[in-house]
Parts: sequence; structure tokens; C-alpha cells
Amino acid sequence: MILALETSCDDTCAAVVDGPRILSNVVSSQASFHEQYGGVVPEVASRHHLQLVNAVTDAALSQAGAELSQVDAVAVTQGPGLIGALLVGMSTAKALASAVRKPLIPADHLHGHVAANFLEPDPIDPPFLCLVASGGHTLLAGVSDHSSFETLGQTLDDAAGEAFDKGARLLGLGYPGGPAIQRAAQEGDPAAFGFPVAMSRDPGLDFSFSGLKTALVYRVRELGEERTAASVPDLAASYQRAIVDQLVVKLERALDRGGWGVVALGGGVAANVELRERAGQLCEAREIGLKLVPLELCTDNAAMIAAAAAHTEPIPYPDYLTFDASAQAANLAV
Amino acid sequence: MKGDGREGASTERPAQTEALGAALASRLQPGDVVLVSGELGAGKTTFVRGAARALGVTEPVTSPTFTIGQRYEGRVPVSHLDLYRLEGVEDEDPALLEDYLRADSIAFVEWPQAAAPALDRIAARVEIRHAGGDRRDVEISYG
Repeated sequence: MILALETSCDDTCAAVVDGPRILSNVVSSQASFHEQYGGVVPEVASRHHLQLVNAVTDAALSQAGAELSQVDAVAVTQGPGLIGALLVGMSTAKALASAVRKPLIPADHLHGHVAANFLEPDPIDPPFLCLVASGGHTLLAGVSDHSSFETLGQTLDDAAGEAFDKGARLLGLGYPGGPAIQRAAQEGDPAAFGFPVAMSRDPGLDFSFSGLKTALVYRVRELGEERTAASVPDLAASYQRAIVDQLVVKLERALDRGGWGVVALGGGVAANVELRERAGQLCEAREIGLKLVPLELCTDNAAMIAAAAAHTEPIPYPDYLTFDASAQAANLAV
Repeated sequence: MKGDGREGASTERPAQTEALGAALASRLQPGDVVLVSGELGAGKTTFVRGAARALGVTEPVTSPTFTIGQRYEGRVPVSHLDLYRLEGVEDEDPALLEDYLRADSIAFVEWPQAAAPALDRIAARVEIRHAGGDRRDVEISYG
């Protein structure tokens, strides 16, 4: 049984996981908090993590019906993420683990997104191809074993979720941008505006969303305020189509190369309905499996960190106490 | 950082914006901070990528909007900050940016407005503007 903490960005998260079974998965979502700022405010987020981390941890343990002394290890996200935010989780995890003289398991956040697939309901085992698309990351992971993954391609500039967020801001829609664009796009025509599908002719598996963002900037400028406002549904639908097209093109190309039998989607962008449908059609045409984890395991959470930690080398007590948490976080955040 | 003044240039392609970043990088020393301003899609991250490459960074240099800060290992440590999502730093825990603004590092700060008053050792200010299509006007002021 592993107690895991995740504080790499917006949310303070704690979970208790036993093998593939999630006993509790608490996320103190700060979205309402961030809305008024148009994004995360890191100082406030760090302070928020500090204020919330003990309460979130207590809730995770009590919902799991477990005592701290019963866990086998304490896991924590070591990076990537904002150093100040990571430090809150790292220091708390060290304190908790040392209090009960249990091992500490630092886990990689991106490995966590991959490892979410190892959890109930419907856990799967490698090998599989995993597309991780979130606000901070976009990558194709070739997963051949539980303890690691190979990065087959990644974004060269912006993440897919960031493209949604910035597009939403350009269109005067809310934050987070993914759900806002999806909502606006429902009434729109995805063929109304031809946005470039970047990298579609590039033979590699890397992504690029920065040119698409620029194309939207120019289109909004051309249209002017009034016509932009009148065209928001069409702009949102076309913009969303261009993001999803690129993700699906690269997924398809990775399948051509790899011979994978299962595709998994992770990260917050995996909540996008058009992406889910298009990935579903792709997998159906190729007669391979599509693994969609529940939404609460797509967005940042600590259960996925526990799942990654279960396949990561623990650091025994008291070896981790001699680490300088700050230097460690600074190095790990590189 | 040597020499004060102001330089302007127009670029036709992202690679030329990267080259301007590389040229600036050759004039920087550890501890220097470079502010990079411009609208969405202007090419701020492209400029920083060129500078980071010239400083020996080989890993992907991507937008740090979501995480606020990234650190890269080059010939000197390179910090890449993006304060797009940061409203202001009046109540800031000073240690938050200190993790990235270190005497041994060269730091590039996109969307610097939120923190500009709190930043010292500013070696250069870079302003990038859309000029139609792939064209960009880049203005660099030193000191």
C-alpha cells in the first residue's frame, strides 16, 4: 500500500493505492481560485499547497481507512514542475515517511500519466502506445515495461493543452481552455476556417502547436473584434480540429512504425471528446484496443504517482533524509 | 554584459529569430537576466531557444507557460521563465523565483511584466512584434 503526493502544478493531490486498487484519490482542485487570475498564480499555488497538503493527505488516508503506519512507502512527484511547488510535496513526503521510518519513492510525473493505465478500472499491462497531452506536456510514449517508457515524439514548442488555453484566451473564452473551446465548438463548423495542421508532412513523431497559435492570432486580427465575436463557434471548432488532427496524425504514424496492439490516452487533453472519438475510429479501423482511463486519472492526480512509484526503486529510510530537498528538486526539475 | 545601446532587426523565418537569440547569448554572463516581450505567437520561445542552443543546451527548449519555469544544462545553467500565468508578485515568496534567478545561471523571462520591478541584473530587453506572415520585428536594448 502506497501513500502518494503530487504537487507539481495547480492541484494538491494525495492518494492511497494498493496494487491496481485505488483506495482513495483526493484532488484539491484550485480551478475556481485560478479563474479570477486567468491562470495559476505560483506563489499563491505554492502557499496553497502548503495550506492544503496536510488536510488532503489526512483525507486520503481516512477515505482509504488506513493509518500512516500501515503504508509500505510514501511516494512523491519529483518533477517536472515548478520547483517551489514540488518542494512542498517533497518535504511533506519526507516528513511523513521518516515519521514511520518507511521508504520514500520519488516518481516522475510523466511516468505517472503512463502508469495511470495500470490502475483499476480495467488495468492494462505493457506493451502499449500512450499519448500524453496536457497543459504542460505533449508526448508519445512507447511503453514496453512497467518501470519506464520511451519518448517517441514530443512537442517542440507549446503543449496541446497550452494551445487550447491560449486559443481560448484569444477568443475571449474561459480557463481552462480545453473545456471552453470544446463547448464553443459544439455550435461551430470545423471546416469554416482552414488552420494549418503543423508537422503533418514532417515524417517524425514530434509535435508543434506554436504556428497554429500564431495562425489564430492573425485570423482574429484580420476579422476584427466584431466578426471574431460572431465567429467564435466556427473559430473554436476549426482550431480544435487542427489540434486534434495533429495528435491523431502522429498517433497514426507511431502505429505505422510500432505495431502496437493497444493505444492509451492520458493527460487533461484526453478529456476532449473529439480526440476520444477520432482515436476510437483510428483504433477500430486498425482493429486494436483503445484504453481510456477515467477523467479523474487523466488530469493531475496522486493515484497515478503511486502507480508509477510501485514500479520505481524505493529509497530506504533514512537515506533520503541526507538529501537537500531544495537542491534535489532544483536538479530534478531540470 | 558589455556595451549599452539599442539594436533593431527584421526576421523572415523562425531560424533567423533563433540566430538573433544566439547572437545575444554570446554577450551574456552568468547572473544576467534577459526580458523577452511580445504578443502570443510573436516568437519569444523561438528567440530563447536560439540563445539556449548557443549556450550549449541540447534538449528541447519548449514553452514553460504551464510550469512557469524550466532549467536547462548548457555550458552554464540556463533558466527559462514564463510569467504569462502570473498576475503579480507583490506578495511573492522571494524564494520562488530565486530557484531560477541564480548568480550561476543565465535567465530568460517571457511575459516579464508581472515581475519586472523585482528583477535585477537585467542585461537586455527584447521586444518582438508580428510584422505579417512569418515576418517579425525584433528590438533589443542593452543595459
